[in-house]
Amino acid sequence: MDGRDENELARLMRAALAGDGKSYDSFLRAVAGLVRSLARRKVQTGIDAEDIVQETLLAIHVKRHTWRHDAPVTPWVYAIARHKLVDAYRRRRRGVEIEVGAIPETAVQPERESISDHEIGGVLDALAPGQRSAVAAICVDGHSIGEAARHLGMSEGAVRVALHRGLTAIAKRFGRM
Amino acid sequence: MDTDKLIRALVADERRQAASISSVWWGAMALAIALAGAVFFAVFGPRPDIAIAAESPRLLFKFVVMITLAASAFGLVRALSRPGEPWRHALPFLAAAPMLALIAVAAELFLVPSNLWSARLLGVNALACLSFISLVGIGPLAVFLLALRHGAPERPALAGAVAGLLAGGIAGAIYAAHCTDDSPLFVATWYTLAVAGLALIGAAAAHRLARW
Repeated sequence: MDGRDENELARLMRAALAGDGKSYDSFLRAVAGLVRSLARRKVQTGIDAEDIVQETLLAIHVKRHTWRHDAPVTPWVYAIARHKLVDAYRRRRRGVEIEVGAIPETAVQPERESISDHEIGGVLDALAPGQRSAVAAICVDGHSIGEAARHLGMSEGAVRVALHRGLTAIAKRFGRM
Repeated sequence: MDTDKLIRALVADERRQAASISSVWWGAMALAIALAGAVFFAVFGPRPDIAIAAESPRLLFKFVVMITLAASAFGLVRALSRPGEPWRHALPFLAAAPMLALIAVAAELFLVPSNLWSARLLGVNALACLSFISLVGIGPLAVFLLALRHGAPERPALAGAVAGLLAGGIAGAIYAAHCTDDSPLFVATWYTLAVAGLALIGAAAAHRLARW
């Protein structure tokens, strides 16, 4: 990460916070790349790097108001990613200080279901039905807001509200686990 | 869930974002002072001789040390509520209030004959001081915990403890106008205990409430 990347990322984030969805999309994709390479270097057995990426993106989204507009954005992103990484370690009841090599490979993870192949997918089931269908239509089936609204027989506004509440609820759940 | 679809969902969730951390903290501060002031006037009010006592350097010292504590804690807790924000540089300011208290204690020990020390230390009503500062401070602490929850503290317990110091500083400064024990010996002992209690409550509560 050099200074030019930082400037570009900060520019995208500022535009995103001003309401530019395209910039927000590029910002989140760039962040996903950064966090993915961090997570791949740091994860231990039993933790999926992509889970860390997704939890970090979600935390960045619901906590985006904690970024100071005149502060560099990469330290903020990495702080959130580290926080989520430590959370994941804790959830697996292992100290952060344990080295990867120290854990025997016998700690086999149960096989994951193919539909909710990442943790966020698994948390979907805990949502209220309306929120779940909105989040599932957009995050799992990949519909746009408009498509999801037609599909679910809801207004676009209602889908937006349900999506917002659902995403916030998922983020909160991860914070408490 | 596919990361790509998650990103699209996050972009689609373009509802107005939450209030900025900075404005939330200033709002919390105003609300906390209003709450503490309301409890103060509802429950006990200023001491009767406040107008005369206000000129005493000992009473002034109580205000100065408590406001110093609140100010230093305010700067630190705001930094602690943002991820990746440097906060260690704000840590030394936290030593200002204890330093002031130590200097005042030294001066008091120098000015007051040693046979009066224990009477000054115990004061008239130490227990009331402990309970009233906690009573005045608990509302502000609750407000600050909500502000922390709105933020994203990387160290929730530490941030909660500092929020407790902030609430304690506000409560101490307000309670000082009621309390007739003005000796720095009294303040350094009992006010400190009350503030430490709020810091402990803050740390324990934030550890559970300010997770994200």
